[in-house]
Amino acid sequence: MTRRQLVKNTVIVTLLMAGAAVILLPFFWMLSLSLKPAHEIFAPGIDFLPSKLEWENYAKAFNETHLLRYLMNGVIVCGAILFFQILFAVPCAYALAHRSFWARGAIFGLVIAGLLVPYHVTAIPLFLGFAELGLLNTYSALVIPFVASVFGIFLFRQFFASLSTDIIDAARIDGLSESAIVWRIAFPIAWPAASAFAVFSVVAHWNDLFWPLIVVSDPNLATPPRGILYFRDEEAGSDFGPLMAAATMVTAPLILGFLLAQRKFIQGITASGLKG
Amino acid sequence: MIELENLSKIFGQTKALDNVSLTMPEGSFTSLLGPSGCGKSTMLRIIAGLDQPSSGQVRINGRDVTELTAAERNIAMVFQSYALYPHLSVRGNITLPLTMRNMNRIERMPFLDHILPSARRKIAEHAEQTQRVAEMLEIDQLLDRKPSELSGGQKQRVAVGRALVRDPIVFLFDEPLSNLDAKLRTQMRSEIVDLHQRTRRTFIYVTHDQAEAMSMSDNIAVIMGGRILQVASPRDLFERPVNVDVAAFLGDRPINLIELSTAEGRLPPPFDGFACDVAELPGRVIIGLRPETLEPDEQGPLTGTVGEMEYLGSEAMVSLHLDGGHQLRAALNASGVLPKPGETLRLGVEHGIAHVFDAATGRRLGGLSGAAKAGADIKGEGA
Amino acid sequence: MVGRRRIREALTDLLLAGPATLAMLVLIFAPALIVGVLSFTDYLFGAPDFNWVGFENYRKLFTDETGRRAVVNTLIYVAVVMPFSIMLSLAAAVGIQSVGRWNVWLANFLRTAYFLPVAATLVAMATVWQMLLHPNLGLVNQVLALVNLPGQEWLSDRSLVLFTLAVIGIWETVGYNLILFLAGLATIPQSLYDAAEIDGANRGWEKFWTVTWPMLGPTTLFVLVVTATRSFRVFETVATLTNGGPGFASDVLVFAMYREGFVYFKAGYSGAITMVFFFFILTLTLTQLRIVERKVHYQ
Repeated sequence: MTRRQLVKNTVIVTLLMAGAAVILLPFFWMLSLSLKPAHEIFAPGIDFLPSKLEWENYAKAFNETHLLRYLMNGVIVCGAILFFQILFAVPCAYALAHRSFWARGAIFGLVIAGLLVPYHVTAIPLFLGFAELGLLNTYSALVIPFVASVFGIFLFRQFFASLSTDIIDAARIDGLSESAIVWRIAFPIAWPAASAFAVFSVVAHWNDLFWPLIVVSDPNLATPPRGILYFRDEEAGSDFGPLMAAATMVTAPLILGFLLAQRKFIQGITASGLKG
Repeated sequence: MIELENLSKIFGQTKALDNVSLTMPEGSFTSLLGPSGCGKSTMLRIIAGLDQPSSGQVRINGRDVTELTAAERNIAMVFQSYALYPHLSVRGNITLPLTMRNMNRIERMPFLDHILPSARRKIAEHAEQTQRVAEMLEIDQLLDRKPSELSGGQKQRVAVGRALVRDPIVFLFDEPLSNLDAKLRTQMRSEIVDLHQRTRRTFIYVTHDQAEAMSMSDNIAVIMGGRILQVASPRDLFERPVNVDVAAFLGDRPINLIELSTAEGRLPPPFDGFACDVAELPGRVIIGLRPETLEPDEQGPLTGTVGEMEYLGSEAMVSLHLDGGHQLRAALNASGVLPKPGETLRLGVEHGIAHVFDAATGRRLGGLSGAAKAGADIKGEGA
Repeated sequence: MVGRRRIREALTDLLLAGPATLAMLVLIFAPALIVGVLSFTDYLFGAPDFNWVGFENYRKLFTDETGRRAVVNTLIYVAVVMPFSIMLSLAAAVGIQSVGRWNVWLANFLRTAYFLPVAATLVAMATVWQMLLHPNLGLVNQVLALVNLPGQEWLSDRSLVLFTLAVIGIWETVGYNLILFLAGLATIPQSLYDAAEIDGANRGWEKFWTVTWPMLGPTTLFVLVVTATRSFRVFETVATLTNGGPGFASDVLVFAMYREGFVYFKAGYSGAITMVFFFFILTLTLTQLRIVERKVHYQ
């Protein structure tokens, strides 16, 4: 490395590290506050690290509030949404890619058109509908609006379309019914697409605030972001240590998932750039 | 026995199959031979039940199966691309058809298949059958590998194993060897013939490679433009093609086709030296002479001047300028003395493999013989 | 006789594609249609009746002080987030790519760090930002105090609040755009840089302008539109940190839609806001699809 290059690289790395520090600051601060005793949080002056690790904040967050409940709701809602999205999208995507029927073009047109509609647009009529059916404040209200994932249909269709027709025909000859082909052949082969879609779906719905804010007012049904707001506004008040502990617990699953499976995660999240 | 009756298949404006009828007897080995796009694969897909005919009927052992799906027909098919399931091991690939055909919905359920006694018994049977087939095809060492870890030849064997394991009524092959290299292809060819002899099932084999069709099958159906032109044994097909198209399609080298006007019901010079077994020649005919059936013959009926020559090792391709402006190519055995360009050469034709076609219809009228003019031993054959 | 199989095949198609199609119609297309219709009424949630009011809701949105604020604020927010997020992420991408040539581990670490906010739960992180920006206890003001700068009321100063939110928006989107730019950079063949060097472009700057920037054209356009779309949907930070306040200074379209519809129950007016929001997003997404199509032609 020449001297000039060395200087250049040093400058680049310094700038990038400074940027990274700013980006990571809120994460670091969240962890730090979640482990600080209350009096240190309110003390004037800058202390980046807690003087001692105050695990009490986490205990409080779990024991005195519904944090565990929120996390569980998040798992239930995200799990149910993903389950139904796949249950609906995969057979439809298979039919669009490997069967020919008169409505195929029209349905694919619907899928493309559906990609253009942000889910906020459907909120008012869906809210009306759920109110009419007496389904507000239920898990159903949190799950049902998302079961038809046009993005999922689109993603799986593209994957299935790249699958050789011979494999599908071979399965037909081997005695598989069309739905057996969907679940025993096409879906397992589409595993890469499925896992990217799973990341996309879980990240989107774990983090969503808009819809839970609209249809759920019962804290027992709050998803993690909704729960954080309950926590902040009602339960913990200005008890910042436990609030930060709760924020850490809500963020941790996705962050850990991202750190463990970065490639898959980035694939899944950037795939959403296709969606309106 | 497979019977096709008046099958037609129309895609949009084009007729992929045009009123095709064909019978394949029990235990026979039939090849469907033709250039690409001729409709042979469509025919196979209709027999398999993957496509539905626009009209007509498919019968298997006398039973009309036109309305049955592929899954309901108990046939097996080997694909050009092998079409192995990439997510299953070799074992899984071979066992899947057994699982799907022999076990009911409940027995196939995950977890239940390990608990139900009937499911466990069937799974054990299937494992045994899979093992037997794998040993027969010498792939029992590969059972735990994924298809992506196999060579082309190994994939081919797995594909055959998957077809073989469940004892189907009929085996369909869709150009199964065209992705293999030449050496492996010859080997697999004899293995498939061997398989046919062992199983004695009906085999239907689609190919555009006439050498494959000729060397393997009992019967060849030549298909062009959605129609069956001729169904015959390999030998009959070669020796008595039904028309110019079939004759032109067959053979390692393009056949010499020479169109002539006859004079008073006889062939004009320089072909008047041939003995012709056709009672009455029409005004214009086409003579078909295979390059490899022409050989130097002091007494032969054809005389010409040697033009270009290509030396190919075991033989030499010679173009010969005949009197009367005609030209033809002959494959001569290169071990003997070869003629030089400009020399005069006299050629004879091997017995029975020269044809006269009606120029107007293309139909074969009969054979030519290049032996003595009075050749009396030519098989009589009406057009 | 012929046709029985066709009927069975048609039933299979129905079984496979039917549920999803029905769900799409009921959950996406019918509601989108209904919200459009509602936007021309004065319907209130729970009311027994409604009147047709024509374009009254739209007129109100664009002429009323509060309505206009939501539209203008959203546009300002997008106009701030878009250029900064893109410039920063492009700079970071070029930097990380050059680091990757001599230290892959460091490059990976940086990429991971920048992407972390994208994977994080925004509402939770917003509460952290609230702590950081707290007027008295917040780290930001304390650091400012260290260098003798006055602390700011980041989230309750009318003239500042929208820009504070925009900074959080930039923080949140840089990592996403960085990934897109890194992918774009990876497709530029080294041979082009070699050619540029032979042609006399020796300095990094010159290479950037002669090779990187033009080659990144399609990616940049794509990033531009994606960032705009994402920024248009800003909601979580507003709902968590400001509720559109103080005095509607940080009101944006999606939050106004939520407030008018689900706090004040004005379904008709909220429907009109929805349709305007929809119009912006639709325009952007259609542009984006165009770009994606064109991107294929570049290769």
